[in-house]
Amino acid sequence: MVQLTLSKNSQIRTGKTWPKPDGKNVRKFQIYRWNPEDGKNPQVDTYFVDMDSCGPMVLDALIKIKTEIDPTLTFRRSCREGICGSCAMNIDGINTLACIYGLDEVKGDIKIYPLPHLEVIKDLVPDLTHFYAQHASIMPWLETKTNRPEKEWRQSIEDREKLDGLYECVMCASCSTACPSYWWNGDKYLGPAALLHAYRWIIDSRDEATGERLDALEDPFKLYRCHTIMNCTKTCPKGLNPAKAIAEIKRLMVNRAV
Amino acid sequence: MRYITDRKRAEGKGASGTGTEHHWSMQVSSVGLAFLLPVWLYIFGSALGGTREEVVETFSHPFPAIVTALVLVVGMRHFIGGATMMLGDYTSGTTRKMAIIGMTAIAWMVAATGLFALVRMAL
Repeated sequence: MVQLTLSKNSQIRTGKTWPKPDGKNVRKFQIYRWNPEDGKNPQVDTYFVDMDSCGPMVLDALIKIKTEIDPTLTFRRSCREGICGSCAMNIDGINTLACIYGLDEVKGDIKIYPLPHLEVIKDLVPDLTHFYAQHASIMPWLETKTNRPEKEWRQSIEDREKLDGLYECVMCASCSTACPSYWWNGDKYLGPAALLHAYRWIIDSRDEATGERLDALEDPFKLYRCHTIMNCTKTCPKGLNPAKAIAEIKRLMVNRAV
Repeated sequence: MRYITDRKRAEGKGASGTGTEHHWSMQVSSVGLAFLLPVWLYIFGSALGGTREEVVETFSHPFPAIVTALVLVVGMRHFIGGATMMLGDYTSGTTRKMAIIGMTAIAWMVAATGLFALVRMAL
């Protein structure tokens, strides 16, 4: 059965409140903390950051906290411009990328948690092992049977345009971890991110494994757990539409069956 | 702790090869019910508050009887499809299997009881 309550060792407690700096433009940050090595429950620590000496994005504030206040705060980050997908986290109740989410978009205190419904490795770092394995399972590469052409696999401008809105996905996992179906059946349901990538290869005019790709998704759980809840589309920090990609796969499935 | 690779865990037992049929049948039955239910509600609403003889008279006519029978069969089939999906979402393992069996049995029982009552009224 679905577990609707947290077990005792997962219940979040109030954590440490760090000193408030002087300044007129100070904002309060409440950040989820959990260290697997200390054996304690997760807690929410409170930090105060002077916005006058901080960059405009949530990631800027996190880096400032780590650099100047608490070096033990752990989070992933890399490109700082929404390309790598590393800094995906739940900010003010929304799964998004900290590097492109402006502090001015949050009213009141800034609450930061790791992506929901994933095991936490430490603080804001979730375990994406299964998520990546699911992505690998949809064969995210060009499958061809025809002999390799001398120069290149050619594609018309119109066919190339079909990949727009798909190839931009940075695999940040914001969409999959916002999906209730993925919460309840993440072990079997591939989730919006993997399915968006699956569609990206199904629709690629150069790919010759369309049938095999559809066969691999012909399953009540892998594909059809999508109930068009649309959380994925609402939360995608890149403005993509995974729900539409999934609907397109379902349409292709029906078209070949009926 | 199971010592299996991440890829093996993600692949599971592979694709079952079903799903589209269920998806399509739910679409077809929902379109059917979109037409059937308003008509049936009108018939049912018209019969409400009448005497026993008036109700029996209403449902002994072919059109109301056939619409009611279709609502029972198509509606219960649609219910079974939807409830199976819901139980698949929120339960797992043996609980899931038993719940689906129980729900399916109850749904067909409701349909059979309704059809029996309808036949008695219509004939």
